[in-house]
Amino acid sequence: MPHVPDVAVVGAGPAGLAAAVEAAEAGLDVLLIDTAGQPGGQYWRHYDRTHARPEDRIGHHDWPVFTRLRTRLDELQAEGRIRYLPGHQVWLITRDSEAAFTLRVTATTSTSTAAGGASGETLTAHALILCPGGYDRQLPVPGWDLPGVLTAGGAQALLKGHRTSAGRRAVVAGTGPFLLPVATGLARAGVRVAAVIEANATVGWLRSPAGAVSAPGKGVEALRYAASMARHRIPYRTRTVIREVLGDGRVDAVRVARVDGDGRPTGPDEEITVDFVAFGWGFTPSLELPLMLGAETAKDTDGSLVVTVDELQRSSVDGLYVAGEATGVGGATLAVTEGRLSALALAGDRGLPADPTRVRRLRGAVRRARRFATAMHRTYPLPRAWPEWLTETTLVCRCEEVPYADLRRAHHELGAEDARTLKLLARPGMGWCQGRVCGLATAGIAAWLGGRETGVDDLRPLAGRSLAVPVPLGELAALAEETTPLEAMDEGGRNGD
Amino acid sequence: MSVDLVVVGAGVVGAASAYFATMAGLRVVVVERGAIAGGTSSAGEGNVLVSDKEAGPELDLARYSQRVWREDLAEHGDLWEFESKGGLVVASSAQGVASLRALAVRQRRAGIEVRDVARDELPDYEPHLAPQLAGGAFYSQDAQVQPMLVAAHLLRLARAGGAQVRTRTEVTGFLRAGDRVTGVRTSSGDVAAGAVLNAAGTWAGGIADLAGVRVPVLPRRGFILVTQPMPTRTIRHKVYAAEYVGDVASSDAALQTSPVVEGTAGGTVLIGASRERVGFDRTVSVAAIGTLAAKAIALFPMLRGVRAIRTYLGFRPYCPDHLPVIGPDPRAPGLWHACGHEGAGIGLSAGTGKLISQALVGRPTDLNLSPFAPDRFPPAEEGTR
Repeated sequence: MPHVPDVAVVGAGPAGLAAAVEAAEAGLDVLLIDTAGQPGGQYWRHYDRTHARPEDRIGHHDWPVFTRLRTRLDELQAEGRIRYLPGHQVWLITRDSEAAFTLRVTATTSTSTAAGGASGETLTAHALILCPGGYDRQLPVPGWDLPGVLTAGGAQALLKGHRTSAGRRAVVAGTGPFLLPVATGLARAGVRVAAVIEANATVGWLRSPAGAVSAPGKGVEALRYAASMARHRIPYRTRTVIREVLGDGRVDAVRVARVDGDGRPTGPDEEITVDFVAFGWGFTPSLELPLMLGAETAKDTDGSLVVTVDELQRSSVDGLYVAGEATGVGGATLAVTEGRLSALALAGDRGLPADPTRVRRLRGAVRRARRFATAMHRTYPLPRAWPEWLTETTLVCRCEEVPYADLRRAHHELGAEDARTLKLLARPGMGWCQGRVCGLATAGIAAWLGGRETGVDDLRPLAGRSLAVPVPLGELAALAEETTPLEAMDEGGRNGD
Repeated sequence: MSVDLVVVGAGVVGAASAYFATMAGLRVVVVERGAIAGGTSSAGEGNVLVSDKEAGPELDLARYSQRVWREDLAEHGDLWEFESKGGLVVASSAQGVASLRALAVRQRRAGIEVRDVARDELPDYEPHLAPQLAGGAFYSQDAQVQPMLVAAHLLRLARAGGAQVRTRTEVTGFLRAGDRVTGVRTSSGDVAAGAVLNAAGTWAGGIADLAGVRVPVLPRRGFILVTQPMPTRTIRHKVYAAEYVGDVASSDAALQTSPVVEGTAGGTVLIGASRERVGFDRTVSVAAIGTLAAKAIALFPMLRGVRAIRTYLGFRPYCPDHLPVIGPDPRAPGLWHACGHEGAGIGLSAGTGKLISQALVGRPTDLNLSPFAPDRFPPAEEGTR
């Protein structure tokens, strides 16, 4: 009987790293699986250690938090209390018995085999802490499929992981405070940032006092960004959106306009010459793994689908804990706190002593950070009327090249009233990315065409994926060969004759 | 309000029935508890096959449906991606080829076009097939459609002819006058009707129960794997192994898989077909999808490195004798059935819809419906439901 660890932590970003370290320190036997070749996730993305330079940490928040966690991971790994499997992606989780979850993983990088893992593996664990993180939300707009259009997170990842930028003159557009570090990061790298285009009214997260008071450090952060924007002379234009990305074969300008509170243009259009655009509409969690297990979900204040958890990070599925962005987008500090809390909760549930004062403190920290996150979501909502920006030819799904006209036709002529039917009849979300990019937009369009607010029933069909990532058929076949012998192709098959 | 016909179910069979009934002049209301084409119609490959059927009533219905697809519905074919791509059945042994040849003889007698394909001709049909196969048979009439588009467009055409489609409307009971069924009770009100057609697919047994009659339709689960998009014409026909025919006809509850591989208009390759009777369990079965992958690779070795991007599952509406239930129910006058088509419902929907509409208006049907009679089953045995 192979050894079954107490818990598999999936994801080694802020939440997962903290969860794994905390769980091991609490005495649990931990398996930590992560897609990347090194820990840190998207948030603490960095150049690999052998090529690191001291200045890489500039622009990284809470870097000491990360390095402390990384050191503990190294130590706990050396002590045999954490088995760390980098460079591996979980593509299927099943619950085969009450006592254990089964995870099927596939290698994502060439370095992972060197790090000690076979390419495909089947792993089991008694409990799960899923920390899948999130990624940039995207809204379609005419021209967003032109080369030179990036996500804000993508633009930042290029800087952090490769010390490179996608062009010389940029606009950073969308909504939320994340646009600011992306803009200043680009400026530091020598990019001329023509403007930050913010759809909402102000940087006014202080407008919601309850939230602002619970995270006083954030006010200081805001002042720092404001200073950096001023230093790089980056204009900050609020209540403004990009109505169209212009260019023949690649980006050469954007057309912007002032908008009202719902995102409807109120002023004349204006063109800004740029060679790349970074769009950021906030983040949305990756939910394929928790959805695979049937975890209950809800719509968060920011409009994203999130996993519902109790005050100890327990999902509706017994033995499944979820921490970080998957329970609601709230940033790295909250993710670290939730990761720690989930590990202590699990340790307690598995009969190990967990310090009640510490649990109480972590719960309080999560509550305060959640209030702040909610205040931010209220300040930077997706403009309600964004589907009005679309033209008939605007691509909604880039993989399957589905224009908005096809979605409208499926709704008006074919009776596609909900997101799932829209997907089945017009194919948005059916391509390579399986709706990761266009899922939110498709759900929003389904609701918009139906004249209702986007709801869980709109979001869920686009968020679930039967396979969390594409898997080579050869790897799938190997699983069957290990469990059931393959019968002859046709002998004995004609029993119906 | 009162109409001529209430169709229960907006899957492909309900849609085809509503379309032909509307064309025949009936006032039709379709009630659907979920969304259009949301059940088994959205969980298949869109098969319009003659190759996988033994001579008999189902093959007769398949042949008749071929005519309806290619004649009555020909002008709409592009709307639902009708593609007469042909089916290639392959066998890996001399014995397998011999039984393919014997089946072909019986099918030809029933009017099916079958071309014997020798081992060395296989690459002309499918260049990427495994070299060690022993031979095959080609069926030019086998075709494919996009089934959700079939249902959606047939309902659109029916609406244009005056029919109403009410989604998110669940049938909760029947209106009765003595034994006679005179309409349905639904979650959003009663609908009186001259006739009610049960086209609820895998869930048709439950509708029959509400009317107090037994129609033994059971779920038979199937998985399909979808690959990343491939260059067009990588796989040109519907290609399957000879064992598929046996699996389709089998009544075993255990997992059976027989490789069925084909390309689609979107470039993805679909890999079926598994069969197992596990109720309405929606859990992904690693054994099923793994075996599908292994068997598809055995047919097309080049698929080994190709990635599956998703898998989906559905529940075929299966009757113990593998024949659909089509026609009036003498046990509850006014109640009609068009259900239980198992894995062939997409292909058989066109013929079923047209035959039902003929019977409803009292015309002689183009095909004898008695093999599909709703009251042909023995009384319920313990544990069959």
